[in-house]
Amino acid sequence: MKFVHIFIIASILLSSNFLKADDVRTENKIAKNLRCLICQGQSVYDSDSEFATSLKLVIKNKIQQGMSEEQIYSFLKIKYGEWILYEPEFNKNTYFLWLLPILMFIVGGAIIFKLFIIKKN
Amino acid sequence: MKSKVFPLILILIFFIIFVIFFKGLKNSNIYTPKTNLEIKVPSFELKSFENNNIISEKIFKDDEYYLMNIWASWCIPCREEHEFLMELKKNQKIKLIGFNYKDNFKNAKSFLKDLGNPYDIIVLDEDGTSSIDWGAYGVPESFLIYQNNIIKRFIGPINNDDLLEIQKIIK
Repeated sequence: MKFVHIFIIASILLSSNFLKADDVRTENKIAKNLRCLICQGQSVYDSDSEFATSLKLVIKNKIQQGMSEEQIYSFLKIKYGEWILYEPEFNKNTYFLWLLPILMFIVGGAIIFKLFIIKKN
Repeated sequence: MKSKVFPLILILIFFIIFVIFFKGLKNSNIYTPKTNLEIKVPSFELKSFENNNIISEKIFKDDEYYLMNIWASWCIPCREEHEFLMELKKNQKIKLIGFNYKDNFKNAKSFLKDLGNPYDIIVLDEDGTSSIDWGAYGVPESFLIYQNNIIKRFIGPINNDDLLEIQKIIK
């Protein structure tokens, strides 16, 4: 019986780690979406540079302070500019980048439609 | 007719791609942020070299120029720029603030002992998180501050040109 008690207490204590695991997951997610500015071609998550390790620590602290993912992104955007984010925002410089795949999809669809479907008829 | 147009278009496409990539070769692949942005000095509370707590609001006064220099004893380019900082120290119109980045206290002390101490105040950023508040990239990096605004930013070691520029600004 005593054994069962210990087991229950231990499992309750250990289950509090789930919350922690959630934090770590967000932490990693954010770090993967950030460009390591001094090591080109790597994300902050991948990098072990001094800059990246500090930044990972900052992300961890901010999450513990209760900041949301979006808030952390906007904080870093103010400090380092939009370049730090891997996903570019939709604005006048990037609309072509965002719309091109959709445009190609539509044009491609039109070509297929013309070649195969109209021809068949 | 159709068979002639197709290779021509293909060649044209390849030519355009070639031109784009060829031009891209000459682009610098080192990203530097817009340095002409005026940004407010972020507030911080850090330990100083003498183990006092230092608050940023107490350091930066409105009517004076400050150069906040991020340095570390393990950083080789910091050694190169040190002579220029020592030169700048002679100027009474500017105060130098050392921002000791992720350093070993002992090593930092012997670094200053060997090369001289140009700083009026030194604060310790032990885990590097405060430097993120400054939008800093690493060491060495310097911020010229006036009226609580960052008016100029130097990424990398300060050289003679930078020194002359600083002296010109604070004149």
